[in-house]
Amino acid sequence: MNTQLFFQYFVAGVTYGAIYAIVAIGFNIIYNTTGIINFAQGEFVMLGAMTAVTLNNFIPLPVAIILAVIITIIIGALIEILFIRWLVSPSVLRMIIITIGLSIVIREVALHIWGDGIYALPYFTGTALKTLSVGGVFISPQILWVLGICSITVIILNLYFKYTLMGRKMRACASNRSAARLCGINAKNMVTLSFMLSAGIGAIAGCIVSPITYVQYDSGTPLAIKGFTVAIFGGLGNSMAAVVAGLILGILESFSIWLMPTAFKDVISISILLFILFVKPSGIFGNKEALNLKEF
Amino acid sequence: MKAVKVILVLFLLSILVIGQSYAGTIKIGAVLAVTGPASFLGAPEAKTLEMLVAEANSKGGIKGNKLELIVKDTGGNPEKAISFAKQLIEEDKVFAIVGPSTSGETMKIKNIAEEAKTILLSCAAAEVIVNPMAKYVFKTPQNDSFAVIKIFEQMKKMGISKVGVVSSNTGFGKAGKEQIEKLAKDHGITILLSEVYDKAASDLTAEVTKLKANNVQAVINWSIEPAQAIVLKNAKQIGLNVPMFQSHGFGNIGYVKAAGPAAEGVIFPAGRLLVAETLADNNPQKGVLLQYKKDYEAKFKEEVSTFGGHGYDAFIILKAAIEKAGADKEKVRDAIEGIKNLVGTAGIFNFSDKDHNGLDINAFEMLTVKDGKFIVLK
Repeated sequence: MNTQLFFQYFVAGVTYGAIYAIVAIGFNIIYNTTGIINFAQGEFVMLGAMTAVTLNNFIPLPVAIILAVIITIIIGALIEILFIRWLVSPSVLRMIIITIGLSIVIREVALHIWGDGIYALPYFTGTALKTLSVGGVFISPQILWVLGICSITVIILNLYFKYTLMGRKMRACASNRSAARLCGINAKNMVTLSFMLSAGIGAIAGCIVSPITYVQYDSGTPLAIKGFTVAIFGGLGNSMAAVVAGLILGILESFSIWLMPTAFKDVISISILLFILFVKPSGIFGNKEALNLKEF
Repeated sequence: MKAVKVILVLFLLSILVIGQSYAGTIKIGAVLAVTGPASFLGAPEAKTLEMLVAEANSKGGIKGNKLELIVKDTGGNPEKAISFAKQLIEEDKVFAIVGPSTSGETMKIKNIAEEAKTILLSCAAAEVIVNPMAKYVFKTPQNDSFAVIKIFEQMKKMGISKVGVVSSNTGFGKAGKEQIEKLAKDHGITILLSEVYDKAASDLTAEVTKLKANNVQAVINWSIEPAQAIVLKNAKQIGLNVPMFQSHGFGNIGYVKAAGPAAEGVIFPAGRLLVAETLADNNPQKGVLLQYKKDYEAKFKEEVSTFGGHGYDAFIILKAAIEKAGADKEKVRDAIEGIKNLVGTAGIFNFSDKDHNGLDINAFEMLTVKDGKFIVLK
C-alpha cells in the first residue's frame, strides 16, 4: 500500500471518528447530571437535522441551523417535563426504558411528518464533490467543519461544567442528588437543563454530519449505537475522552477495511466495546473510583 | 320479554348469515408493510390498491361483484405477516391476498396461502417466491437476475470487464450479490472484490478507497438504503471516476436529489414507470404508465414509485382473471395462468403453468440520471 492510500484510509477513519464523537458527547451530558443513558439521543440528532433541512427551504442555512437547534432544545425540555420530571425517585432502569420508548415514539412521529425520504443539508462550504487535495489525499471540507465544531463544543462544555455556577450545580446533582438538594439546588431543573443541553448538542451534531451521512426518520438509532460505544470506550461522562475514543475507533474501523472484508467493520468496534467492558469498565480514560460512585 | 330477546338474537343471527352468504362481494386481503422500515414499499402499494378498488367499485365492481379491500399493516414484520395472513384466510375468508411487500415476509406465508388454496399475489421481487413454484403463489415485480444480466450486457457494450461490487447486508443486498457472483462468469465479467457494508452505514470513504486501490473499471452497488447515495458521493470525493452502476433499488428520485451532482451518469435497470413521459408513443406500456402516474399523483399529491406499481399490477392481474372466470377461486387461479400480453407497470405479463411471474428481461430498461432526472440510457 502506498502512502497516498494509507492517508486516504486515515482520512476516512477521521471522518467516521468525528461523526461518532459528536454523537457521543450528547450521551455524556445527560449522564453527567442524571447518571442515566438517554437512548433517545440519536433521535435528537435526527430531529435537529430534519428540522434544519425543512427550515432551510425558507431561510438561509446558518439561521436554519440555529432555529433547528432551538426547536430541538424546546422538544428536549418538553420531553423531560412531560415524561421524566414528575417521576418520584425513578430507578435507573425505569428511566432507561422510558428513553427507549421515547425514541420509538419520536421515530414514528418523524415518519409521519417527513415520510421515509432521505434528506441532507447542503455542504457548508463548496459542494458534495468539492474536496481538498493534499498530496493526492482527498479531504472533504465538511470533515473539517465537523472536527472544528466538535472541538469547540468540547471546550465550551468543559469550561461550562468547570467554571460556571450552573455547570457546577449540574455536576453536583450528578454526584449526589439529595446532597445537592440540601444545598438549595433545584435538582429537577438541572435535569431539565441537561436534557435541553444534550438535545441542543444532538441537533448541532445532526446538522453538521447530515451533509455527509444524510438523514432519514430512522437514522438516529444506528448513529446512537456507535455514539454510545464511543462514550463507553472513552469513559462515560468525559467529553474530551469521547473525541479521542471516537477518532481511535474510526481509524481502527477504516484500516480494518483495508485488511479485511468490510463486513467485519462492526465486529471490530463491538469487540473493542466488549473488551473494554470486561477489562476496564470505566473506559480508557475513565476513573475507576468515580465509576464506583455511580449507580450505572 | 324473553321472547323479545330470542327474536332479537335470531334477527341478529340472520343478518350475519345473510351478510356472509351475500354473493356480490369479493373480499381482497392486502398484507403490506404500510409503516416501518419497508414503508417505502408498502405505503404506495396500499394507496394504489385503495385507489383502484374505489375506482372499480364506482364503475359497478368487477362483473357486478363489489370489491372489499382489507388492508393489514405488517410494519415489515414477518411474524405479523403470518398472523394477518391466517386471519384473512380463516376469519375474513378473503378471495385473494395481495402482498406482502418484502421477500422475507412473502416466504413466510407462501406455504400458508398454498395450503389454504388462497391466491397470493406478492409485491416482492425474490425469485424463490415463484421458483420452486407454488400453485397459488404469484409475484409481480421483475426478477433480480434480469436486472443483473441487463447491467452485464451494458458493461459489455462499454468494454468493461473488471468490476468491484458493494452491497448492503440486507435481504435485497444479499440476493443481488449472489446473482452478480453467479452470473458474472457467463458474461465475461471478473469481480475484483465484493464488499458488504452495514445497511446503516453513514460514510463509505474507506470502502471506495479499497475499490480505487483495486483499480476497478466500474462499480456495482446493490442496496435500497441511503448508502446508495453515499457511495456515489464518496467515490467522487476521493476521485474514483469510473462508471457507477446501481440496482433497480435506485429507482427513487429521492436518492438522486440527495446525491445531487454525484448522481449524474449513474446507470441502473428499472421498470419504465420512472420514464413514462419520455417513452416513444408506440411503446405498449406508455398509456398504462401515464394513466397510473396521473391518477396516483392527482389523488395522493406525491410522486409515483415503481413499488406502488407492483400493487397496481397485482390488482389488474386479479381483475383480468375475475373478469374472465367469475368469482370462483379455482377458476380465477387457472385464469391467471392463462393471462397473456397483459400490460402492467412493471412490464408485459405472460403467465403460464410454469411461470408465475410472467415477465421477461425486457421488462427492465437501462436508465441513467441527467440533470437530476431519470432518462432512458442511449
